[in-house]
Amino acid sequence: MKKRRLAIRTLILLILGAAVAYTLYANFTKDDQLKVSVGQKAPDFILKDLQGHKHRLSDYKGQGVFLNFWGTWCKPCETEMPYINNQYQKFKDKGVQVLAVNISESNVAVENFAEIHKLDFPIVIDKDGQVQAAYGIDPLPATFLIDKDGKVVKYYTGQLSEETVKDLMNEIRP
Amino acid sequence: MNDVKCECGHVNPHGTVFCEACGKIHEDEEQEKKILDMRYEGSARRSQTYNKTVVDKIWNFFSSVKVGVWLIVVTLIASAIGTIFPQQMYIPPTIPPEDYYQSQYGWLGKMYYQLGFDNLYSSWWYLVLIALIGVSLVICSIDRVVPLYKALKAQRVTRHEGFLERQRVFGISNSENFNASISKARELLITRRYHVREENGDLLAEKGRFSRWGPYVNHIGLIIFLIGGMLRFVPGMYVDKVLWVREGETKVVPDTNGEYYLKNNKFILQVYDKNKDKAYQAALQSVGGTVPKNYQSNVTLYQKDGKSITGEKPKLKKVEDYAIRVNQPLSFHHYSLYQVDYKLDELDSMTFSLTNKKTGKSYGNLTVNLYDPKSKYDLGNGYYVKVLSYFPDFEFSNGQPTTKTRVPNNPAFVFKMYAPDKSKGETSFVAIRENIEPFGNNEYKMAFKAIGTKNVSGLTVRKDLTLWVIILGGILFMLGVIQGAYWNHRRIWIQRKNGKVWIAAHTNKNWYGLKMEIEMILDGTNLDMPTDQAQIEKA
Repeated sequence: MKKRRLAIRTLILLILGAAVAYTLYANFTKDDQLKVSVGQKAPDFILKDLQGHKHRLSDYKGQGVFLNFWGTWCKPCETEMPYINNQYQKFKDKGVQVLAVNISESNVAVENFAEIHKLDFPIVIDKDGQVQAAYGIDPLPATFLIDKDGKVVKYYTGQLSEETVKDLMNEIRP
Repeated sequence: MNDVKCECGHVNPHGTVFCEACGKIHEDEEQEKKILDMRYEGSARRSQTYNKTVVDKIWNFFSSVKVGVWLIVVTLIASAIGTIFPQQMYIPPTIPPEDYYQSQYGWLGKMYYQLGFDNLYSSWWYLVLIALIGVSLVICSIDRVVPLYKALKAQRVTRHEGFLERQRVFGISNSENFNASISKARELLITRRYHVREENGDLLAEKGRFSRWGPYVNHIGLIIFLIGGMLRFVPGMYVDKVLWVREGETKVVPDTNGEYYLKNNKFILQVYDKNKDKAYQAALQSVGGTVPKNYQSNVTLYQKDGKSITGEKPKLKKVEDYAIRVNQPLSFHHYSLYQVDYKLDELDSMTFSLTNKKTGKSYGNLTVNLYDPKSKYDLGNGYYVKVLSYFPDFEFSNGQPTTKTRVPNNPAFVFKMYAPDKSKGETSFVAIRENIEPFGNNEYKMAFKAIGTKNVSGLTVRKDLTLWVIILGGILFMLGVIQGAYWNHRRIWIQRKNGKVWIAAHTNKNWYGLKMEIEMILDGTNLDMPTDQAQIEKA
């Protein structure tokens, strides 16, 4: 009798506690729109680059992918782009690919930006924001590090230093 | 902590004040009282008797009504504080909140902001308070309804003298021929819809027991209501998003997993016309200026047809055309799109003319789509223009031309103009009211001709699957209130003790009604009307 009472009480308290914990957790994570979390498989997408070539994320299986979301109006993006380009040169033969996803800008603006900063890695444009929505990205820049199996290893938002770019690329090197 | 066996044979849980079955009093304290405390039928609220493990201690804490009331009071005070100054979501978004509160409300406002009251209703501690009220509600209810149910179920017809004489309404009749009187009273009780049980010539008449469950039905409603509130945080249950669509543009409806797309065909803003809307002439005259009559977005809703990989242009099939107006949302598959905002005449295209500066002769016009400029515009006859750079929202930053946003609020271009006699081209920087020639004197210029504008509709995307849960909770809440408020649980005991008739009665409310009813029942019998011992005590 007493054991049963304790068991029932414990069960009810656990259920109530779980409901409260879930509510608090859900409330405090509702603002980060991020829909892709670390350890999860990165959602596949196809986007066209400036030359009109299609890039599909899953085609880069076997390589680490440095997936960077950016815009020409975003100052920290502008700062970190040359760093990414430098490291891209060093890592592209070691199995690390850079994919820079521009958020809904015109080809002319992006081409012009790429030219000024002499960017060599493929830049694709997410014209109608589908990929942005799928990854739930709000502030730019945002960088996802995807390993050779297509899993997200790390997520980084905010401006990167060249040192960090190097470390991150080392991490996803197959 | 053993159970207590009463002399009547019933086994009561430890801590019971008086026997569930016969009513014999077990607590010495109660023995001294003239009138029994009948709350919860003297049942052992277990929380108050077992207090051993941590689980029991937590349980007991929440089981206290005092704790529950304090939680509610604290929440009320906190909620009131949140209304002193506006919450952060209602202040102008252009001013940083730390400055806003101080500039508007002085040091009090600054404190208000620093203490986090500007986001009170979604702060963790406020949510914890609400959650604790929910927990208290559940545990208080369980801790009372179960023993109460058991006690009412275990009650026997024949009750102990000590129980009967400590009822508020009680009396002893010395009448002679009481057998006939009791059976007459019994009939009258039945006609008054009492449920009468008989045992050894003793009567227990009872009605309206279900009203005792009213408060618990009400609490279940409240808890469902709280669950409804909680469901808002569950992904997919509640959506409240903004969607801006330019005329002619097709955009994915947010939070539909890329399933629905919306095209804005036209945004319409109509105002009242003093000459046409005669009925409102006087009112319009007194107000002056323009008064809007209609905000409307003519849209087409599309649904994705078949599968497509994210980023690919999906195949769309048309669902319907609709005119979204204020309070007339476009509804589809749990989603509703409301007209909430607009922007008129946003820059969309610019038209230039390639002109010889000296002769003023034009060699053709070109229209640049500000959302997607081409890199080259061919004007024929060997004249063409290349777009070298494009800054949709131009500004100078550290001496470099850059763009503030991707929206063409202040477009600027670097054009290279080619003519048969200028095969190397001439460079020109063109912004609004600006035309700079960075490499000296040009022969040609891009003469500004016209701008094209489009309206933009601001829509709210709303989905709320929690509404029905909240409505259900509200209905149960009200049913519980009605159940507990409009019915009373009344019991009348008519029992033979030592050759006399003892009459006792109890109700959970409306004692006056109960006494009236007993008078009607005893009228015409030889039985005496019992007295209200509470009133005697007062007097």
